[in-house]
This record gives sequence, C-alpha cells and structure tokens, in this order.
Amino acid sequence: MAVSTQPIEAYLVNKPAREKPFPWGPALLITTALGFMALFLVLPLLIVFSEALSAGLAEYLAALDDPNVFSAIWITLIIAAIAVPANVVFGVIAAWCIARFEFSGRNLLITLIDLPFSISPVIAGLLEVLLFGLNGLLGPWLGNHNIQIIFALPGMVLATTFVTFPFVAREIIPLAQEQGNDEEEAAVTLGASGFQIFWRVSLPKLRWGLLYGVLLCNARAMGEFGAVSVVSGKIYGLTDTLSLAVESLYDSYEIQAAFAVASLLAMLALVTLVLKAALEWRHRDELHAVRRKKAAT
Amino acid sequence: MSATLGRRRILWRKPSILPGFAPSLTITLVWLGVIVVGPLGVMLWFTAGLGWRGFFSILAHPRVIGDLFVSLWTAFAASLVNAFFGLLVAWVLTRYRFPGRRLADALVDLPFALPTAVAGIALSTLYAPNGWIGHVLAPLRITIAFTPAGIVVAMMFVSLPFIVRTVQPVIEDLEAEQEEAAKLMGATDFDIFRRISLPAIMPALLTGFALALARCLGEYGSIIFIAGNKPMISEILPLLIVAKLDQFDYQGATAIGTLMLMVSFLLLLAINLLQAWVRRRHGG
Repeated sequence: MAVSTQPIEAYLVNKPAREKPFPWGPALLITTALGFMALFLVLPLLIVFSEALSAGLAEYLAALDDPNVFSAIWITLIIAAIAVPANVVFGVIAAWCIARFEFSGRNLLITLIDLPFSISPVIAGLLEVLLFGLNGLLGPWLGNHNIQIIFALPGMVLATTFVTFPFVAREIIPLAQEQGNDEEEAAVTLGASGFQIFWRVSLPKLRWGLLYGVLLCNARAMGEFGAVSVVSGKIYGLTDTLSLAVESLYDSYEIQAAFAVASLLAMLALVTLVLKAALEWRHRDELHAVRRKKAAT
Repeated sequence: MSATLGRRRILWRKPSILPGFAPSLTITLVWLGVIVVGPLGVMLWFTAGLGWRGFFSILAHPRVIGDLFVSLWTAFAASLVNAFFGLLVAWVLTRYRFPGRRLADALVDLPFALPTAVAGIALSTLYAPNGWIGHVLAPLRITIAFTPAGIVVAMMFVSLPFIVRTVQPVIEDLEAEQEEAAKLMGATDFDIFRRISLPAIMPALLTGFALALARCLGEYGSIIFIAGNKPMISEILPLLIVAKLDQFDYQGATAIGTLMLMVSFLLLLAINLLQAWVRRRHGG
C-alpha cells in the first residue's frame, strides 16, 4: 500500500488542508487529562512540601534533626540494603531458569512469582506473624532460643522481601525472553563455562532492565508501610522506618514534623521518577519490549 | 515432540545446550517456597485448623461482612472511575503532542514511587474540611475526608498507574489504517474511537482494571489516614486484620486474611474469564 505523508484531511473535499480549524476536541481531552493529573497527582506532592515548610526552613530542619528520625533513616536503609540485593539475586537466577529454558510449569512459576503483587501488604505482615510470632508456628522454638523476629528488624526485612518479591524478576524475565538465547548458545559452542556466559554475556544484556527493576524495588522497599507496620511493633526510635515515623508523628498531632519526614520520602520518590524517566528515555526500545510483553500476558 | 511419539510426558523440558538448569530451578523453587508459598501455606493450614464452623463463625460477624462490603464497593468504584480517567490519560499521552507531555508521562508513575503513608497524610490534609480541596467542597456540602468517599480517592491515587501503564502500549500499537479508512468513509471521531479503537484496547483495559482492583482491595497505608475508620461504614478489611492482630486475635486475623485471598482470586478469575470472552468476541 502506498503510504502518504499527507494528513487524511487533505483528501476530504470540503476540508481544505490550509485552513485547519483549531482542534477543539483534542484540546478538551488534553485539558481534562492534565487537570485530572494536577488534581490527583501534583497537588498531593505539593502539599507535602508546603506543609513541611509551613513553619519556615529552620523549623523544617529542626524537625529532621532528631535522633528518632536518624534511627528511622538508618533502619529504612538497612531493610532496603538486605531486601533489594536478595531480590536481585533471586530475580537473576529465576530469569536464567525461566527465560533460558523451556519446561512444563513455566507459566505456573511466573504466576507464583507474581503472587505478592495481588496480596495485601497487611497479609504479608500477617504471614510473618503466623510463622514467627509468639503463638506462631516457630514461635515457641524461637522463644526458647531467644531469637526475636517479630517486633524486630528480621521480621521487617522478611515482610519487605515478600512485598517486593516480584519487582526485579518481573522486569528481567520478559526482557530475557525477548532477547533469546542466541548469544549464550554461541558462547557455549566457543567453549565458555557457565559462569563466563553468565557474567560476560547474559548479565550485560540484562543490565538496563535489571537497573530498572532495582529502582522500582528500592522505592517500594524504602517506602513500604502496611507489611512493616504489622510486624514492627511500632517502637518509636527503635523499630520505626521512615514511613512508620510519618505515621507516629502524624498520629501524635505533630503534623509539621510528620510532613518534614514525609518530604524525605517524597524526594526519594522524585529521584526515583527522574532516574526511571532517564533510563526509559535512553533505553526506550529494550524497556518497551518488556512493557509490551507484560501487557500481552 | 513427545506428543508426536504418541505419549505426552507430564514433565518435559526442551533440550538445551545451556548449563545451569537444575541449580537455577532448585534455587528458584526453594526461595519461592521459603518467602512466598510456604508462609501462604501456613496461613491456609492455620485456617484449616479452625474448621468450617470456626471459620464461618468468625466471618459471619456483622463487622466482617460490613467491612468486606465497604472494601468491595470502594475498590470497584475507584477502579471504574480510574478505568475512565486512566484510559483518557493514556490516550492523551500517546496520541497528542503538547508541551509538558514527557513530564506528565513521567508523573503517571508517582503513585508507584511515593510511599503510601506519605500519600495518605497528603490526601487527608488536602481533603480535610480546611484543606486545599476540602475547603472548596465544604460550601457545596461535600465531605470527602473521613467518609467512604475518602477511601475511593485514596484508592484512585494508588491504582491510577496500573491502568495507564497497561493500556498505553496497546494504544501505541494501534494500526492507523482502519481509523483512516473509517474517517474517509465519513465516521466521526467519536464513532471511530467507540467502534474501532476501544474494542482493540478493551482486553488491556480489563487487565488494567483487574490489577487496579487487586491493588485497591489490598491497599492499607494511604487509606487509613483519610478513611475515618468507622466499622461497617468507612473501615476496610485490611484495617480489621490489623485491629485483630493488635488484640492478639490470631484466629480472627487468619480467617479474614484467607477470606481476602479468596475474594481477590475469585475476582481475578472472573475478570480473566470476561477478558477471554471479549477477545473471542472481537477476534483479537
């Protein structure tokens, strides 16, 4: 079929191409969409910073200069520093298994990996309590050995790992499937060992998708609230993450301080969005292949 | 392969020269079992320990049924409204070129990146009677914060990107030929959208709706600040689980957790069936 670059209107008899009327329809649609986004996305972001700075910069900094806030930052970082690498290692191994080989039960495996996406974070916390809590499955044994998991850091790490479980795997499995095995098979025939193939061929192919998954996983791990709140015991200054500190402060009517801590998390979100947009812009084709594949399933 | 030999093996694997199948599968299964499947199994096992009678006597409580109803209708309302606006946003972002489009496109993912507790206090401050949006609505006698409408607003915030990001690639891939042909034959823009574009987008829109619904049903952090949390009116099921756990009522929490799992799987199954029906009908 001959492809014309002229707009379709040019062919219509009673619509001369030169006097194009103002596109009222698209303008209305664009305004509505942007208005909706301003109301639902921009305003919540703005109010965080507006409330945080409502008493001036000095008060803002004073609210953050608090040992409890420092401890919350520290705990948040520790949780992310364990949960994210754990999910990266798992994601890469699962991607190797699922994308490089064809075997029965592959789709079931993908469904199981996706499971935490459709489970409430509160249930994720509940699961850890049922396993490790005082009356839980392993509770008595842990009690005898003086190991505390619930209302302590290990439980919070486990709950966060559950919630962020699919984030990395779900980004790189479709990407690896899309890329195929040609390079890996060529490497085998040239005599490369398994580890050489993995480090020199597979991992470099996946790096941008992997980075993308890490970004999303990290944002969720640092911001997780429901799952962590169930298992943390909410001991302010001891087992509070930044998200939990926001709740503690807000519930004790220290609104400005709550928003000051919230502004740290909002900045993390903005950095995540900027990096994500930059990655998408530079590696558009690769990441779009993933989106398309995910949308098709 | 094995089927051509006349007998299908239940477990098969396509031969490959790549190494590492057994170890990677083992690690995947073990890790999946320890983190996800095992704990879920423990919850179901605890539920089974209650027996049918115990299970139902917990669920038959009016507060449980009332909260389930609240969770369901607010999640449906939020996902439906978002199906409309999410489709609109996705359409505008892919079909039109205007200043600030890239910024708007990046901003769609904000709810993924912004921690839910932050969203919760931000929304509840915005919609409180003296807040930026609340004080505009107050003279109109509309209150959103601390009512079920607040739950819907918070759910809409967290679930918007699920719809936009599922629908967007499909709109990008729509073929222009059919639309152009329809336009040449004199169809209006709206007719073209309704008759040609929408049927092609529909399966993806349903997928997005399902993802949004699952997210809304499970959401906790952003809702509790704005909801008011009155039992059976503005209290959601996840909050009831937390309340039971705070009273060390493990059995109650377990039964409600299992109920939530069952409800969300039934809904996802129903939407999958609906999707299959739509695909068949439009030959997609």
